[in-house]
Amino acid sequence: MAAKKTVTVRKIIAAEGPVSKNARVWKFGDDIDTDAIIPGRFLTINNPDELAQHAFEGTRDEFAKKVQQGDVIVGGRNFGCGSSREHAPLALMGAGVKVVIARSFARIFFRNAINVGVLPVVCPEADTITDGAKISLHIKEGFLEADGKKHTIEPVPAFMQGIIDAGGLVEYAKNIRELPVCTR
Amino acid sequence: MTATIVEKIFSRKCGSDVRAGDVVMAPLDGAMIHDITGPLAIQKFYEMGGRKVFDPQRVIMLFDHQIPADSIEAATIHVYMRKFAAEQDILNYDINEGICHQVTIEKGRAAPGEIVVGADSHTCMYGAAGAFATGIGSTDMGFALKFGALYFRVPETIRAEVSGKFQKRVGAKDLILSIAADIGADGATYKAIEFTGKTVRKLPMAGRMTLCNMAIEMGGKAGIVAPDKVTWEYMKGRRKMKPFELDSDEDARFAERRSYTVSDLEPQVAVPHNVDTAVPVSRVAGTHVDQVFIGSCTNGRFEDLEEAAEVLGKKKFSPTCRVIIIPASRDEYLKTLQAGLIEKFVRAGALVEAPCCGPCMGGAFGLIAPGEVSLSTSNRNFRGRQGSTEGKVYLCSPATAAASAITGEITDPREV
Repeated sequence: MAAKKTVTVRKIIAAEGPVSKNARVWKFGDDIDTDAIIPGRFLTINNPDELAQHAFEGTRDEFAKKVQQGDVIVGGRNFGCGSSREHAPLALMGAGVKVVIARSFARIFFRNAINVGVLPVVCPEADTITDGAKISLHIKEGFLEADGKKHTIEPVPAFMQGIIDAGGLVEYAKNIRELPVCTR
Repeated sequence: MTATIVEKIFSRKCGSDVRAGDVVMAPLDGAMIHDITGPLAIQKFYEMGGRKVFDPQRVIMLFDHQIPADSIEAATIHVYMRKFAAEQDILNYDINEGICHQVTIEKGRAAPGEIVVGADSHTCMYGAAGAFATGIGSTDMGFALKFGALYFRVPETIRAEVSGKFQKRVGAKDLILSIAADIGADGATYKAIEFTGKTVRKLPMAGRMTLCNMAIEMGGKAGIVAPDKVTWEYMKGRRKMKPFELDSDEDARFAERRSYTVSDLEPQVAVPHNVDTAVPVSRVAGTHVDQVFIGSCTNGRFEDLEEAAEVLGKKKFSPTCRVIIIPASRDEYLKTLQAGLIEKFVRAGALVEAPCCGPCMGGAFGLIAPGEVSLSTSNRNFRGRQGSTEGKVYLCSPATAAASAITGEITDPREV
């Protein structure tokens, strides 16, 4: 069991430190909704790799064509608003994006992302990060570096850290023996 | 100690005094899945080691987004979910009953004081029935199906107090569009919005559903109206329950209190491509529309269609504009049919479809082409929501939609 857990932890925080040599930032604006991330007509697809082929289709077509493993998305306010479709973080995961940084997130997307193993990072200065920037993450130290400039990032709510550490909600749920219903 | 209605619901369910900001693992009274988010939820349920759902009678299942199946992929998904329903002994409404949120409330599967989750963002609509209800993703739903409980951070509450009397042909949708513009697309993130005040008390269930439905468009975790005579009357015959008191204390700690008065409220239109952009209809009047959609969980009830029919009167819909009307459920369809409104709409030139999400889903049918404009009573006008990302979607009330469908351009319903 322990060995398996290590693998999943690594999966979700693989971006710690320099993301990867050629990884880049894909910069988006405010209120990026989940219809934009993956349009409604593709929701019969449940496979991340296939979903990834249609990520941002119609709103930013070059994304699906050029995105590289390890690339990072940076958004403004209210990233992931709208529909609860988990196909949105799955499409990003399929595209190789393991980290989304934004000034703020919509509630359902934030939770979905953590549950499926994409890390949402709240960075109040996300707006100043530019498209194509090189980025490195220092989650434990509470900052990120974009093109050499340091920006503070906010810690994940404590109760969600356990899910992140497990590598997502599925792994977390597998390890639950007895559910602590209504513990505060 | 004083509490908001949401804090009271969580406290009752958890058997301890719970306050906004607390994180609780709360038991669930209901869990709703549909054809889009259901398959992934089932898959996650199995991946988590699930064998039997926590309680088949508390699981609500139906298909509404792509029905009747519009593709072999959709048909295959329906088969997969039917098998799950049979295996788990879950009552599956299948393609027969209508839009998930309307059906859940109609069938009495969400009731005052309950905690209900749905794998769809507009689950917040059940707040109209006095329930705490919120939309979740598929993995959270897999967890909910397995354990019958879910983590919640008990939300703070924004109390929206509404007073005044609506002008003729102005109503709940105009109000919620103006509230969304006021609060903003993320102004209620992580919070509940409680709708109260004399105007809300006078609203029928239909209007309350429209209000609560759109709480998510402000980032809200839930919308809620404290149960009153209207609510309990509605619950009769749907759910065996003794009415009880459930409301926020006047001096409860609210995140914010906002007051709205509707007496001077004009019909509102949210312009592309965000929901929090409402302007008075006069500002966009004259905009050509290619398609008008009257329906959805937001505005597909009999009261909505009745209002559209009242505006229509003996007129015909414009030949330059496609008019698609979809009642939200079988019950609403039957009421509309029995009132003679379906014949009226069809004779006036509309297409009336069987209950489903329709063009609001942006994938099944009723899509718009590049350059086209849709005017819709649904809840989202995001770029590409109803088809081409080069098209435009405006949101409005059923009255404004009907008036505009007559003229073929955005029109003030008070002037028809």
